[in-house]
Amino acid sequence: MSVLCPEIPTPGFSFENCKRNAVLETKGFALPKAVKTGTTIVGITYKDGVILGADTRATEDTTVADKNSEKIHYLAPNMYCCGAGTAADTEMTTQMISSQLELHKLYTNRVARVCTANQLLKQYLFRYQGYVGAALILGGVDVEGPHLYMIYPHGSSDKLPYGTMGSGSLAAIAVFESRWRPDLEEQEGVQLVRDAIAAGIFNDLGSGSNIDLCVIRKGSVDYKRTFDEANKKGVKQASYRYPRGATSVLSTRVVDIEEVAVQRIEPERMEIA
Amino acid sequence: MSILAYNGGAMVAMKGENCVSIATDRRFGIQAQTIATNFEKVFQMGPHLYVGLPGLATDTQTVMEKLRFRKNLYELKENRLMSPKVFAAMLSNLLYEKRFGPFFVEPVVAGLMPKTYEPYICNMDLIGCINPPNDFVVGGTASAQLYGMCEALWEPNLGPEDLFETTSQALINAFDRDAISGWGATVYIIEKDKVTIKNLKTRMD
Repeated sequence: MSVLCPEIPTPGFSFENCKRNAVLETKGFALPKAVKTGTTIVGITYKDGVILGADTRATEDTTVADKNSEKIHYLAPNMYCCGAGTAADTEMTTQMISSQLELHKLYTNRVARVCTANQLLKQYLFRYQGYVGAALILGGVDVEGPHLYMIYPHGSSDKLPYGTMGSGSLAAIAVFESRWRPDLEEQEGVQLVRDAIAAGIFNDLGSGSNIDLCVIRKGSVDYKRTFDEANKKGVKQASYRYPRGATSVLSTRVVDIEEVAVQRIEPERMEIA
Repeated sequence: MSILAYNGGAMVAMKGENCVSIATDRRFGIQAQTIATNFEKVFQMGPHLYVGLPGLATDTQTVMEKLRFRKNLYELKENRLMSPKVFAAMLSNLLYEKRFGPFFVEPVVAGLMPKTYEPYICNMDLIGCINPPNDFVVGGTASAQLYGMCEALWEPNLGPEDLFETTSQALINAFDRDAISGWGATVYIIEKDKVTIKNLKTRMD
């Protein structure tokens, strides 16, 4: 392949490091763990739409890697999707399906349906046999009304009136099982979802920090990022600031950055006399 | 032992008032054996853009070369500088492509957004999950110690001088409690009109 005719890179995942990494593993070097969401995510249907909820903690083993992670992902103007599992997988999978849905909308000139997004997501996840570790709660409103789907990492899905996922799912489902009923008012629905996420935050160690909510009605969406700060940190009473000059410096180099002035050169007319 | 701890290394980036800092140790070792004390892990990717790649040293350099290549192509095609946000997205995609056979690096990006000069920092896991907080990010083998130091020392609206002290002390005191990082440190303070690079005096054991 030459510079003039470069080889077109193959789409999809690259496996070129796999052999090397497998050899390293046989030599006793454990492969590192990726960031997990270790999450409580929930969704319910109510009288005129769906409400999605999520906590905001991301963990790397037992360390809190992100204290305010965004777990309710945008899919389409009428659809959002909560993600649990491997953080990079939920982020990348929803980004890719979001772009496919946008193209689908432009191609068909119609608002994309929730069942379409469900089918795209489950077929993608089934193709990777659970190795793409994304557990999703998909919610949205389309011409058929409100819909809520639970999608599992291996590619199966459920269509339910309410559901929970992630490590805090047991705490959250307990709240729904005792208090959910058909045709809830929006106010009641929001309170129920908030309480379910709070149950996850306080009873599951993998979930924590704030509560994010997303209310999807016909024709409007209310994304409430940090709807409730379930845990307020105590205010720092003193400053631990080091005085200037506390650090001993061996050498200093200062690089000046000059502002690049953009000059527009008007093209001159060619002389044709 | 994890392969991320084969060569060792510590890294931290912090947001300040109209400035950002990124700091790293200088050690290159093979497990407990120190080979060099002038190893570069932070790379300049633009006038206001730096990336740190702690982890397996061979991947630090491979990923840096791949990034530089993609960034240069972008700048030639678009005829403008790459912003830190775009750079982070590009790096995230590069790492996620290798989802099932990853590079063993946990990148840290620090820079100022073009035109607005708004501070931007983020870190990622080894498969490219971006985490963009508004205080500080850490990476490398001393990350647990760094989290503790930064949570205590960082405060909002630090000027460049105070940001330097805070970043330096957080890094030095964290990696002194980590056997496989340390041996010198470099701190970059990125401001609108200048970048100050300081080598620190540290313990050499």
